[in-house]
Amino acid sequence: MPELIAGLVPQFALNFWGTVPPLAQYLVTTVFKILILTIGVILCVAFSTYFERKVIGSMQARIGPNRVGPRGLLQPFADVIKLLIKEVIVPSQSSKFIFVIAPLLSLTPALAAWAVIPMNDWFVIADINAGLLYVLALTSVGVYGVILAGWATNSKYALLGAMRSAAQIVAYEIAMGFALVGVLMAGGSLNIGDIVNAQSGGVSHWFILPLFPLFVVYWIAGVAETNRAPFDVAEGESEIVAGFHVEYSGVAFALFFLAEYANMILISTLTAVFFLGGWASPFEGWTFLNNISWLAWLTAGGLPWLFVKMCFFMYTFFWLRATFPRYRYDQIMRLGWKVFIPVTIVWIGVEGAMAWFQVGPWAGMGG
Amino acid sequence: MMLHSILFYVFAAIMFGAALGVVLSRNPVHSVMLLVFTFFNAAILWLLAEAEFLAIVLVLVYVGAVMVLFLFVVMMLDVNIEAAKRGLTRYAPLGIGLALFMAIELINVIWLRTGVSSDGSGFAPTPEGYSNTKALGSVLYTEHVYAFEIAAVILLLAIIAAITLTMRRRPGLKVQNIGKQVAVRAKDRVRVVKMDAEKKQ
Repeated sequence: MPELIAGLVPQFALNFWGTVPPLAQYLVTTVFKILILTIGVILCVAFSTYFERKVIGSMQARIGPNRVGPRGLLQPFADVIKLLIKEVIVPSQSSKFIFVIAPLLSLTPALAAWAVIPMNDWFVIADINAGLLYVLALTSVGVYGVILAGWATNSKYALLGAMRSAAQIVAYEIAMGFALVGVLMAGGSLNIGDIVNAQSGGVSHWFILPLFPLFVVYWIAGVAETNRAPFDVAEGESEIVAGFHVEYSGVAFALFFLAEYANMILISTLTAVFFLGGWASPFEGWTFLNNISWLAWLTAGGLPWLFVKMCFFMYTFFWLRATFPRYRYDQIMRLGWKVFIPVTIVWIGVEGAMAWFQVGPWAGMGG
Repeated sequence: MMLHSILFYVFAAIMFGAALGVVLSRNPVHSVMLLVFTFFNAAILWLLAEAEFLAIVLVLVYVGAVMVLFLFVVMMLDVNIEAAKRGLTRYAPLGIGLALFMAIELINVIWLRTGVSSDGSGFAPTPEGYSNTKALGSVLYTEHVYAFEIAAVILLLAIIAAITLTMRRRPGLKVQNIGKQVAVRAKDRVRVVKMDAEKKQ
């Protein structure tokens, strides 16, 4: 990072920066990083809605949005403007305060969890030791927005959606947590940057190979946690209208929408970070590529690789939505409690054996 | 240190207010949310004490799982507010007694036994690169391994007991057997019959 700044900023600005007290320096850089990341996430959300409609459109032999801007690229902005100028209707029998803060409670954890995720080898807002636990804690807090929205609305459909969502998220969180226990066993750390570094050295070092069952469990549990199809019983348009956000309109609805997509991007990024080497390049270690000048960039890791991996998982989200019918509620519970949790527990045992015999990521580790 | 103290007193005050709100609030859902808020502030206080593992686990376990189930149950209750208010005055002496007892215990542990004086200097900060996750793990799985395992077994016993107590077999309940469904082959279900075409009457 320092050389990047030195090239862009004039000398007098750097001199002035040196006179600023360290605490203020820290505050300014942190706020600046948060702004960059938040704007990035929100832009990703905007364009993933466009991406989703195009992908599902092509899977259903339609064109998708093509009216606003070239090839419909400005469609997300048209949607945002529409939602912003609509009236927010608060139902008269609702619990007003909770009705208003519920969208915020679901958006805040979705954005706050990004603080510990490293974008490349230097950009991370908070490089904390217990990063993995922090992510797990915040993704589980997001369910309050859904439950409270369902309760505060004072509508039967919304309450049904909230109950379904609560049971589902509690069930899948356990499987998700156990899958991450496997990741931290392989990475040997709770710090997400260390987990990525443990996977450096090309595709053969990525955790997806030794931890494949955990990868499948984590990804499906992630889809269930974000209440996306085929696990979208909390919304269930055909059964309970729109579930927990049935009475929300305008900006309040937009916040739920933003939270859902921010969570999807978060889960996609986390899956990439934990199992596909994060910002590491898949061609790492192919030294002969460095000799070919126009291919040398392939071996360098960084944000573009993370972005590509994230986009692949976002595509998978839309792919699943266009392919599968909604799960029945009792089958969701069965899958979470009776299939995923035993699979993860068995694989943690297998990992223990792998660590004992020093194969896979544990090769060459003493004791 | 000055900033530390200010943050501590601010969050402690918010936590105290939220905890009072849990007891005094008339709406049980508001009570649960205030309790969640109290847990968050407790987690922040632990972060200030550089116990980041405990702070995050508090949020993960209590806020992320236990309180969600609490909220789940409370949402479905139709609580009689008058009865709940009568309960408050009836149980107040017991609650105050319990709070005093715990306060005395805490003072005993922190102040008298460790000999830390209350001159505001507090505990010494941990050295750079110290991970309390690692420290906690290395003690929990070596020195205190028996206590830890016994606690785990007691919890497991409680889970199994709770499930056995609530499980009842209803007669005539139809359940799906997924294994059987997957194992079904077309020839078990469909019989292809060859027959000659019939003449139109």
